[in-house]
Amino acid sequence: MENSNKKSRRDFIRTGTRLSLLITLGAVGGIAAKNLTAEKYVWQIDPFKCTQCGRCATSCVMTPSAVKCIHAYDLCGYCDLCGGYLKPDANKLSTAAENQLCPTAAIQRRFIEEPYFEYVINEDLCIGCAKCVKGCTSFGNGSLHLQIIHKRCLNCNECSIARLCPSQAISRVNASKAYKVKGGFTKDTKA
Amino acid sequence: MKKWIKVSLIFAFLLFSLAGMAQQQRFPKPEFGTGYSQPTPITPEPRALALEYTDVVILLIVLSMASYFAIRKRSRKGLLWLSVFTLLYFGFYRDGCICSIGSIQNVALTLFDPGYAISITTLLFFLIPLVFTLYFGRTFCAGACPLGAMQDLLIVKPISLPEWLRKTLGIIPYLYLSLAVLFAATGTDFIICRYDPFVGIFRMDAEFHMVVLGIAFILMGMFVARPYCRFLCPYGVLLNWMSRFSKWHLTITPAACIQCKLCSDSCPFDAIDYPTDEKQSKNRTWGVNRFLVYALLIPLWIFIGGFAGSKAHTWISKANPTVYLAELLITKPDVRNDLKNLDVQAYLSSGKSMETLVKEATVIRRKFYTGGWIAGGFMGLVIGMTILRQVVYRKRTDYQPHKGNCYSCGRCMGYCPVKK
Repeated sequence: MENSNKKSRRDFIRTGTRLSLLITLGAVGGIAAKNLTAEKYVWQIDPFKCTQCGRCATSCVMTPSAVKCIHAYDLCGYCDLCGGYLKPDANKLSTAAENQLCPTAAIQRRFIEEPYFEYVINEDLCIGCAKCVKGCTSFGNGSLHLQIIHKRCLNCNECSIARLCPSQAISRVNASKAYKVKGGFTKDTKA
Repeated sequence: MKKWIKVSLIFAFLLFSLAGMAQQQRFPKPEFGTGYSQPTPITPEPRALALEYTDVVILLIVLSMASYFAIRKRSRKGLLWLSVFTLLYFGFYRDGCICSIGSIQNVALTLFDPGYAISITTLLFFLIPLVFTLYFGRTFCAGACPLGAMQDLLIVKPISLPEWLRKTLGIIPYLYLSLAVLFAATGTDFIICRYDPFVGIFRMDAEFHMVVLGIAFILMGMFVARPYCRFLCPYGVLLNWMSRFSKWHLTITPAACIQCKLCSDSCPFDAIDYPTDEKQSKNRTWGVNRFLVYALLIPLWIFIGGFAGSKAHTWISKANPTVYLAELLITKPDVRNDLKNLDVQAYLSSGKSMETLVKEATVIRRKFYTGGWIAGGFMGLVIGMTILRQVVYRKRTDYQPHKGNCYSCGRCMGYCPVKK
């Protein structure tokens, strides 16, 4: 008799604790629910805040980085002497490797008509080092800029680049506005 | 007069160049005569939201199956294949992200920072395993956690650790949890994700030191079974609390224990409690006195812990980039001339005043001070309780899994000769 009493008391305590733990979980969920969102959030680079420090290439958990250079063609001047394509101290205005700014030759230069050239980024080669972005922003129109490519981005809980970005250019945004592509010609809210 | 013209010319030039800069069109886009059509940049879509909800559904299914295998079906094989699936899906396919362990930080951040929006998926990943554990024990660890699955599948020859070592190392997860919550709540860092030893293996890509850490954990795990789960996992702390009061739990024997001792060495995690030895049971008065002394010491432990935590807050808060930058600029003003320091240069060009920066840093540091007291006090409580538990004797007549520490992996069930 005494034994069964003891057991039921222990059971009572256990059930009581279980219910209070359940209530605690409910409370945590309830408080968190105030900030709940049904939207998906992704990481995004603001090209207007970016200072082209080069950490995107080295800090991403992916190798090569999920950050790539994107070309806003509407802003491009199609220059022959491209600040994003050629090294400032290039020997010659040519496509020779030693004259190219890009360390992986990810920018392809194509002649269109005198004196204009088209520059296309090969995303598979791009490592997101922002050297071309710096060149283009300093000497050109700033049509080359970095964006996080969401096919590649793992959407980490905390972006390891955002943590180290000196200009705080990376932030979490609604997935419906995943990209911030420069220039008004593309929907800047690429749905 | 000449001078005046010069000045106005310079002015006009400046105005012109400024206008040009504002438009960001130093070189206007040409009009092409050859019918050139301009390509558009490719911007692939992020992973669809519906797939995130699929993950929640899969988690629910896996947890239900794990609980069924552990409690009703009593099938180690079922649990094993379930953990293989989890490893492949949540581990290698989903690249280890999203995971319940990391979700602690999102929940902590959203509780302290109303501006942080938490997604439904993350909140559910945090809550669902805890609720399941409250009813079925830690079946999450057995079947639904990719990190646990990884370690569980790589156990080769587990050795038994002495109790004092297990208890001492067992304090680390509490420390890790309190630091993780402190860092997340102050918006500093998500350390659980950053120092996840296995995520690099899931992604087959990580920084060098994380690769070394991951391999070290796997090698260690061959002999010390599930080292991360036992001596590091912060989510395991919460699961442990829940599991202690679970309604149902995996049992070694399907019927009554016959004390054959066959299962006594079956658990690689030393999570089986042996029957208490009547002969060795200590003097009751001695035990009660000890209990009272240790219980009265707990407030002291809490105070010591809190005091130590608050003293350490200056040092810990340096992990926050704002605090670090502010302190760097104050202690080493020369750093302003260091063009290689990107953080300082970016701050200087941002135009933010030193006053604002220091004000921000002070606010964060004050949070760390309060957080240091709370986290330290919590650690004091944990240490006090660990010591207190040394003198609590509960009479056991059977071989039972320890409800808090048992991962419900089901290895012991095969050792029991008793049939239903």
